[in-house]
Amino acid sequence: MTDFRFYVKFDQTLLLGQKACNVPGLLEGIKSAPERCIYHHTHRFLQQHHYLSPEPPNDFAYWVTQVLGDRVLGEQLSSVDTIQFDSISGLRDRFVALIESHLSSGAKIAECFPGEEFHFMASRTFAAPTPYIAHNLSEFRDILQRVSISTLYYHIFDAKLRLKRGENDFSKWFDSNGMSALAEAVRNLDPYTYTLEGLRKRILALTKKYDSD
Amino acid sequence: MIRIEEYAPIVGEAAIEELFLLAKHLQGKMIQNINSTAVGGGVAEILTRMVPLLRQLGVDARWNVIKGNEKFFVITKKFHNGLHGVPVSVTDEEYEAFLEVNRENADQINFGDVVFIHDPQPIGLVERRKDLGNNWLWRCHIDFSKPDPKIWKFLERFVVCYDSAVFSAPSFARNLPIPQVLIPPSIDPLSEKNREIPEETIDSVFDRFGINRSRPVVTQISRFDYLKDPLGVIKAYKIAKKHVDMQLVLAGGGATDDPEGPAIMQQVQEEAGKDKDIFALFLPPSSDLEINALQRGSTVILQKSLREGFGLTVSEALWKGKPTIGGAVGGIPLQITHKYSGILTNSIEGTAYWIKQLINEPEYARKLGANGREHIKNNFLVTRHIKDYLLLFISIFHQGDVVYL
Repeated sequence: MTDFRFYVKFDQTLLLGQKACNVPGLLEGIKSAPERCIYHHTHRFLQQHHYLSPEPPNDFAYWVTQVLGDRVLGEQLSSVDTIQFDSISGLRDRFVALIESHLSSGAKIAECFPGEEFHFMASRTFAAPTPYIAHNLSEFRDILQRVSISTLYYHIFDAKLRLKRGENDFSKWFDSNGMSALAEAVRNLDPYTYTLEGLRKRILALTKKYDSD
Repeated sequence: MIRIEEYAPIVGEAAIEELFLLAKHLQGKMIQNINSTAVGGGVAEILTRMVPLLRQLGVDARWNVIKGNEKFFVITKKFHNGLHGVPVSVTDEEYEAFLEVNRENADQINFGDVVFIHDPQPIGLVERRKDLGNNWLWRCHIDFSKPDPKIWKFLERFVVCYDSAVFSAPSFARNLPIPQVLIPPSIDPLSEKNREIPEETIDSVFDRFGINRSRPVVTQISRFDYLKDPLGVIKAYKIAKKHVDMQLVLAGGGATDDPEGPAIMQQVQEEAGKDKDIFALFLPPSSDLEINALQRGSTVILQKSLREGFGLTVSEALWKGKPTIGGAVGGIPLQITHKYSGILTNSIEGTAYWIKQLINEPEYARKLGANGREHIKNNFLVTRHIKDYLLLFISIFHQGDVVYL
């Protein structure tokens, strides 16, 4: 069996100095922003409000709904199913398509009040190896119970989308060590619909079930 | 002295381990913080806690305070007000006097590998960079959303000489050729102002000030500064009081670099008039326990700022699980997600409306407070702040969107 080294990630938030005061401005920003900006605005609430389920939606949807008061577009943007996307560019295209469709329908363009503009930001990620290495499933479970949610976040969310590995690191390791049923079970989770602690518990439960089966 | 390990029961063992892990990457680097006041105000409060904790992690962190005469602090107070969008006039002679004080201080400081300048007062020290070839970071703690153009133009020529600028809120970002990093400040859950205290202590503080805990208490804790809108708070109280029984507490102090506090306090006292349910308390700097008790014993906490650097009093209130209403300015929207972890308002009338709602719907208010506490625990405690600073220092030495340490 191969080893699994647990990593932890840290995010630095960069301010891009660009802002939008209406939906066309938001669209322009989403089109031109770097991928690390799209990643930031689709994952910030998830990290910061990881104890809430459902957590507030992505930043674009929150701003359109709460600041511009456009509930229709806000609902469309908040329903973007992030788990379906394997790339940030695909995620960006989906937001662009929704907003362009909304604008072409003749929707009224609302301006935000001064001071409530949408500020474009970005995430810079620092990943570091932890001292924790699992040599088997039992050790994996013990370690997963004690690492921070930043470790869980790195291996589940960052691995697939930010680091473009195609899938989460846990499933990849399970697969490579002959635990394909467990890999599939973890792969099939929609991590965006759990609190991070809930997700940790769910993965732990799946590993226990796999052992008992 | 508080040990870094004492935070583990609050934030978890893993979070502390991660700080040590990051700190290893700064071995051999001297990190030097420089600001303009050793006591009073949020910056000194943060550094008082932060520097010893960084040192416990193995980081060679230092803290210098620049020396300035009365004239210097009058000028920097003008900068402060001007950067907050208040019309001020700064003469060329004053700009020169400001720089002269910076140069005098630069002659007396032994600069480190990373020089971390806090706020505009010591910003001109960066002139010394060309002789040293080290790394410089500028940390702006104040609301920078609508700076006076002339003052900004003066400061900008220094800001662009730094490796990165650090702001507390997204709205403070400028169009700059250097990276801009968002690092909100934080509170210390183990400090006198934020630690758990017994109910008897809360009772005794309320008794001492003559405030009745059996009736609703709405409190704003902040320096007596018109940007905190204490007069607007009184107006909101008067509107809400028509429909709900309540008392209003306005409590705060001053800082050594803020000469305006007493004058604002006088205005508040005049406005409060003879309403026996309004308590205007000018607290000395050693009142952390009293502030802790006032926050914990209140029904609703307000921070109705017109401008705000960050608004640490919001974090303090939310950490205590208090339903909190904040002005949607500066860093307050980072701490309060409207209707999830508190309430954001933009007007006196809106503030009055939500005061009534939260007093009349205690279950909803309790839920907001509980979410708010969790949000602060995850995002605005000193351990997160230390992590962000460690990353900031480390980031100077790396390139790329994803960095493997």
